[in-house]
Amino acid sequence: MTTKKTLFDKVWDSHVVSTIENGPQILYIDKHLIHEVTSPQAFNELEDRGIPVFRPDQIVATADHNTPTLNQDQPIRDALSRKQLEQLSENCKKNNITLYELGHKYNGIVHVMAPELGVTQPGLTMVCGDSHTSTHGAFGTIAFGIGTSQVAQVFASQCLLLTKPKSLRVSVNGKLKNGVLPKDVILYIISKLGTNSGTGYFCEYAGNVFEDMSMEGRMTVCNMSIEMGARGGMIAPDDTTFEYVKGRKFAPQGDDFDKKVAYWKTLPTDEGAQFDKEYSFDAEDIEPMITYGTNPGMGIKISENIPVDENPSFKKSLAYMNFEAGESLINKLINFVFIGSCTNSRIEDFRVAANYIKGKKKAENVTAWLVPGSKQVEAQIIEEGLKTVFDDAGFELRQPGCSACLAMNDDKIPEGEYCVSTSNRNFEGRQGQGSRTILASPLVAAATAVEGKIVDITKQLN
Amino acid sequence: MEKFTKLQSRAIPLNIENVDTDQIIPARFLKATDRKGFGDNVFRDWRYHKDGTVNSDFVLNDSKYSGSILVAGDNFGCGSSREHAAWAITDFGFKVVVSSFFADIFKGNALNNGLLPVQVSKEFLSDLFEQIVSNPNTELVVDLEKQTISVKNSELSENFEIDAYKKTCMINGYDDIDYLVNNKEQIEAFEAQKIY
Repeated sequence: MTTKKTLFDKVWDSHVVSTIENGPQILYIDKHLIHEVTSPQAFNELEDRGIPVFRPDQIVATADHNTPTLNQDQPIRDALSRKQLEQLSENCKKNNITLYELGHKYNGIVHVMAPELGVTQPGLTMVCGDSHTSTHGAFGTIAFGIGTSQVAQVFASQCLLLTKPKSLRVSVNGKLKNGVLPKDVILYIISKLGTNSGTGYFCEYAGNVFEDMSMEGRMTVCNMSIEMGARGGMIAPDDTTFEYVKGRKFAPQGDDFDKKVAYWKTLPTDEGAQFDKEYSFDAEDIEPMITYGTNPGMGIKISENIPVDENPSFKKSLAYMNFEAGESLINKLINFVFIGSCTNSRIEDFRVAANYIKGKKKAENVTAWLVPGSKQVEAQIIEEGLKTVFDDAGFELRQPGCSACLAMNDDKIPEGEYCVSTSNRNFEGRQGQGSRTILASPLVAAATAVEGKIVDITKQLN
Repeated sequence: MEKFTKLQSRAIPLNIENVDTDQIIPARFLKATDRKGFGDNVFRDWRYHKDGTVNSDFVLNDSKYSGSILVAGDNFGCGSSREHAAWAITDFGFKVVVSSFFADIFKGNALNNGLLPVQVSKEFLSDLFEQIVSNPNTELVVDLEKQTISVKNSELSENFEIDAYKKTCMINGYDDIDYLVNNKEQIEAFEAQKIY
């Protein structure tokens, strides 16, 4: 039997409390992130059973899904949203859980604020009642989304009962073309593999493309692992990771940090370790991507045409989008652009957008919302002078939150309208009832806002 | 959690692939703070037109079909981790969901709520759709102990897989919290000797 282990094996195996014969394992969870939408029923469950929260110090809470992106200093108008946020505050207070509520300088989307604060560190296990918890895998962490019953389990025991998933490796090597962003890389991978290729697996991303990527880029990639069905995605921690973590508020400090780095360096996959499934792609084949359908796997290179497929679910999807099989999306009129969500609301995303937008104006037909992922990102946007660029171009910089990614707050795309969005899901009605979402990178989104239609960005770049 | 051993019922055929949890329960209905009442809004935007009138084309509104088994297309429950999707399906009255493939988080959520996900082969799924559509009175029999799903009065039958631990939980109505809380000493011992 081989002793060579993958990154995933190393982190998983070091967290196994025990194994039930012919059954799941008890996996220890280091960090539990919570927000207002998937936690209230879990708190109720514990209260009903008279079970206390076992390790409140290992839980971090934020308000994000329901929060308004305007007038955050005012009481929330929507009564149900307000109640859910109040309940989160009460639950956290009652159970001694740290909460970064609306307006706090650390408030933000759970998958943006936790890495930013150094809560996310290599080699940990992290969970949250949100499928995009896979984001934190960018640090070499086993991070995955859970349901509310599992939120209650972690509250009660800091553990989960799980069967170890299989392992999958996606390698991308070569040189990315100009204008190809991390979002394009992951949209490309999902378009090639489909939305269920990763189901039952944990995915490691390997190859020089990911090694050369910034932490923020790696987070964008890992964030969308769930969109190919994988429970999570991981990237081996390296100097880029250590540099990012160093000095952050909750990161280990001084000697403790050095000791941790020494441990983190042991985590990367051993040469020759076996994966249950492997895929590899050439970086040169990737171009700026857009989606045309109602799942994130329905993506094409921006210069390509929509494929032709007789499958009834495929046809239903195109009918919803009001697109024809075989047509190009270039020159499609677009009235809404959204740059935000836990996939693409970090400072680098706004830098890319500002860099393109500078000196240009937004098209008159477009409503363009820029929603930072956290208070800290918002502050950076202002500090770096990006806000001025956005204001001058007619873009609307709003306050942090999940916003139009899932439209639980007031930021909804109207029925029938198209939105080029940097978020992660183009499901039917995701951005508002009847809305039509086209997923793309912050660069393609910015270009769409300026042109008022989808353009072949590669022509502008070359 | 309710116990589950065996179920005989008619079934509703939802022949759509990649049904995501946003369709099962749209985000705007996630503002509730308890687990009840989600059934009214299950598949909301497919069941109703925007003006609130019933979409008679949608299979859940077709009076031909009824029953507590939902037969769905490949890759059911992908997308968001919202357990509200499982709550909505059970609240509506389903006890079993059949598909050729389930998304991981949905499957876990279903099992934690006494909703049995039965994964069958694509061929068997296609046979099921055909049977139910040609005869909406078709009854299915799901036997958890034997791990079989069959079409009553026919040769059609298939075995399905389920984790042995989860099977015991479903049959006895146990849940994971009981198990974990009973293992606290072991968890504390693990915390004391963590190596990472």
